[in-house]
Amino acid sequence: MQNLKISGDRVLLQLNRVSKYYGQPESRILILDSISFGIKEGEFAALLGHSGSGKSTLLRIVTGLTAPSTGQVLYRNQVLKGINPHASLVFQSFALYPWFTALENVELALKVKGLPLPQRRQRALELLDMVGLDGFEDAYPRELSGGMRQKVGFARALAVEPELLCMDEPFSSLDVLSAETLRGELMELWLGRKLPTKAILMVTHNIEEAVLLADRAIVLSKNPGRVIADFPIPLSYPRERKSRGFTAIVDRIYRIITQGAPALAIPELAEEAPLPHAAIDTVTGLVERVAAGVGREDLYRLAAELQMEVDDLLPVTGAAERLGLGRVEEGDFVLSPLGLEFAAAEVLVRKELLRPTIAQDLFIQRIVQALEAAEDHSLPEELFLEALYKGFSEEEARAQLETAVDWGRYAELFTYDRDSRELYIEQG
Amino acid sequence: MQLRSILHAHRSFSTGDLMVGLGLAALLYLGIQLSTGAPDRFAGPEVNLSPAALPYYALRSLSRMAAAYLLSLSFSLVYGYVAAKNRRAQTILLPLLDILQSIPILSFMPVVVLALVSFLPRGLGVELGSILLIFTSQAWNLTFAFYHGLIIVPKEMREAASIFRLNWWLQFKALEVPFATIGLVWNSMMSWAGGWFFLMAAEQFTLGDKDFRLLGLGSYLKTAAEQGNISALIWGLGAMVAVILLLDQFVWQPILAWADKFKLQTVSASEPPRSWVLDVLSRSWLVERFHAKAIAPLGEAIDRRLVGMVNEGSSSVRRRRGSILGAISTILLIALLAAVIYGGTRAVSLMTTLGWREWLEILSGAVATWLRVLVALFLALAWTLPLGVAIGTNQRLANRVMPVVQVVASVPATALFPILLWLLINVAGGLNFASILLMLLGTQWYLLFNIIAGSMAIPQDLRYTTDNLAIQGWERWRSFTLPALFPYLITGMITATGGAWNASVVSEYVRFATKTESTLGLGSLISQATADANFALLLASTLTMVGIVVVVNRLLWRRLYNLAEERFRWD
Repeated sequence: MQNLKISGDRVLLQLNRVSKYYGQPESRILILDSISFGIKEGEFAALLGHSGSGKSTLLRIVTGLTAPSTGQVLYRNQVLKGINPHASLVFQSFALYPWFTALENVELALKVKGLPLPQRRQRALELLDMVGLDGFEDAYPRELSGGMRQKVGFARALAVEPELLCMDEPFSSLDVLSAETLRGELMELWLGRKLPTKAILMVTHNIEEAVLLADRAIVLSKNPGRVIADFPIPLSYPRERKSRGFTAIVDRIYRIITQGAPALAIPELAEEAPLPHAAIDTVTGLVERVAAGVGREDLYRLAAELQMEVDDLLPVTGAAERLGLGRVEEGDFVLSPLGLEFAAAEVLVRKELLRPTIAQDLFIQRIVQALEAAEDHSLPEELFLEALYKGFSEEEARAQLETAVDWGRYAELFTYDRDSRELYIEQG
Repeated sequence: MQLRSILHAHRSFSTGDLMVGLGLAALLYLGIQLSTGAPDRFAGPEVNLSPAALPYYALRSLSRMAAAYLLSLSFSLVYGYVAAKNRRAQTILLPLLDILQSIPILSFMPVVVLALVSFLPRGLGVELGSILLIFTSQAWNLTFAFYHGLIIVPKEMREAASIFRLNWWLQFKALEVPFATIGLVWNSMMSWAGGWFFLMAAEQFTLGDKDFRLLGLGSYLKTAAEQGNISALIWGLGAMVAVILLLDQFVWQPILAWADKFKLQTVSASEPPRSWVLDVLSRSWLVERFHAKAIAPLGEAIDRRLVGMVNEGSSSVRRRRGSILGAISTILLIALLAAVIYGGTRAVSLMTTLGWREWLEILSGAVATWLRVLVALFLALAWTLPLGVAIGTNQRLANRVMPVVQVVASVPATALFPILLWLLINVAGGLNFASILLMLLGTQWYLLFNIIAGSMAIPQDLRYTTDNLAIQGWERWRSFTLPALFPYLITGMITATGGAWNASVVSEYVRFATKTESTLGLGSLISQATADANFALLLASTLTMVGIVVVVNRLLWRRLYNLAEERFRWD
């Protein structure tokens, strides 16, 4: 609650413990986790983070396009409901209407204010002039270069004279040179106090861009987005990319983003060979049965004796094979030396015997790595299922995860909590 | 594309379908109640066969088409908008539209015209009937096009509209309609082409002693055929083709060229569609003055009023207004439901007065018409498949043949029907032939154009591979061409059978000169029952036809379509 203390008339925007979930209540995914910060007049804040950190969602909450799930957004101490009338947005994809000329696109934003046509036209021309599009008023967006299109986007955003100008990756769809030019022109207007705007909030994933333009950096973590750093960038303008102060801040932000919050790579499980569906107990039963004989048994005989179809037996032998306990040869299941040793061992020793093989299984390995990287070493099963859906049907994905949990538990690599539906590594 | 997205849903039958069925029965029942007041005899207009009368007749026909089209467009904008914006309305409106687009509209023509003339002056009643008929042939695909456009507006464009606080009117005008324009233009052209078929049918419509013909190109052609006046027939057909070609040059091509600016592409196309008419118009001083002095200020005034209106009023006022609207719509819905159930049950009880003889008649009629539809479909396939594949795979042939095909295909089949009657009416079983031929004429083009499109879409490397393997003759058709064309064939056949059922209504029971002829069929039952004021039979046969078409659509065509979507697509 410490952020509630910041008040006074210079604060434009205040976020208090703003969280956002997506999805249904029973399987919702947390996107933004308890975000709190304020924006004061005169600030140019950059919101940084990996993709997936929810920074664009946060911008949509600030502008009122999306409502927060919990927490509140205050604008000049008023709780924000619906579209923020004092904010405007510059889009990554420009979001111009292709059937309107540059002039008409800007005029449209002015129309809502009820200005009569001559004033509207006059104002729109001034705005286009300001962003350097004099002479291109009657061009359609498709006739303009990317940089020029975004200039129309700026002119349109400024037309409503917003106190808070929000920008969602405004330069990332542009080529390098256009982006650099447009940044320079924006800073000229901003620093020269030629904009009607009192503060700017820019979302970007480009660290250098943030340090070049903004005087404050707010860094979000990934999955879910939390504020993991919020500090001023005290460099004077114009900023020099090569200067030591500049590179120091870039490095600092880079470190925060890459290490400060452990990057959670959702494992690409579907790329690995799928696990055969067999619980370790079942495999154990098979191995014991075969070891009781000569260490080699005909599959049909086994199936008949166990009252199974051969098709149902195959996942079990497949699992045994994957665990290095034996393999199928000419219609027989043959135990390996490890299999024979396993069959003869006691329960606790058996665990020790299988543990290295399971730990080295690529499928299991990916899960363990993801859990190790995660905060408090736990992750919702949803994330793994999500990854499995890329290669499997819903049913099959669940079956895969079930087998993985069975093996992981057996080898005591990780376990599963049915109530919170999370996989986790037991501490200590 | 609309058809594809609609059909893709694996939906069989639901209570919604039952309600729509009851609603149709109730509607028919209402029509029948009104029809009992219709006069027994009806005199038709005098048709002047002099070529000098043709411009006037063409104008009459065109104005009916224009009125129906404007009605369809307004309807589709409202219906599509409500269906896209109101979740509750959507659950009713979309299934309803799905059924409406698949039923054979012409089966309603007899009862609709009869009902209208019973309480309106003759001229007005029949005119309105023809406009309504054309409307029902044009509205559904336009509505789907607009609805589809509304739901695929890109997210950031919508967000921009919200950020800049465009109210519903400005969003509609500046974002939603422009975004849907391309789809609306293409579907307007299709609707217009289909509308001619129904216009001609309506203008030639007679029922026994009741002559409902309307002055226009349709009645001109029919009268010319009845009198065996060959030069008038040629003049009439010439006028028909001329009107269609002129419309293309002066209306559709300019609109198509103008609509190019609504494309979502981010770079200019290398060869945008052009129209010399549009070029002339856009350079015209007069047009520019008109726009600056009349159109622009008018639009401005409308915007001002609507922007002001919506920005007024606090949220509590709006909420109260919303709840009042909600209450009104609930009351209306309940009233409508009650009316549907009342009318539907009355209709059903009217049908129970029919004896087994009549039901047998309906059954045999349905079988006969179904057989005709199948014969027409196979005849159409027999010639369109080889020609379509030839045109689709041979660019030089396509360049030579396509312009001719397009002009011939533009002549509505119902315009040619009087000529068929004239040739066949005195032959034994002639009406049977004429009926099949009308179905063929009305449906073959859908197949041909789909087959051409399909064979043009076959990837070149696949064709080379097939050549390389030296697969020839029947084996080539069986293992390469037909599977490759399958989705297109299905699309073509769905449209074609729908058209064929429609054709049965106007072709199985006809009055030519002074003679009334009929042949066994469901279409002839519908017309005959209307002429004889046998309303129970009319109701039962119309509902049977609608039922057959909807059920076959769901059980056969939709499954084949889904199969085509799943297994026979290139992408």
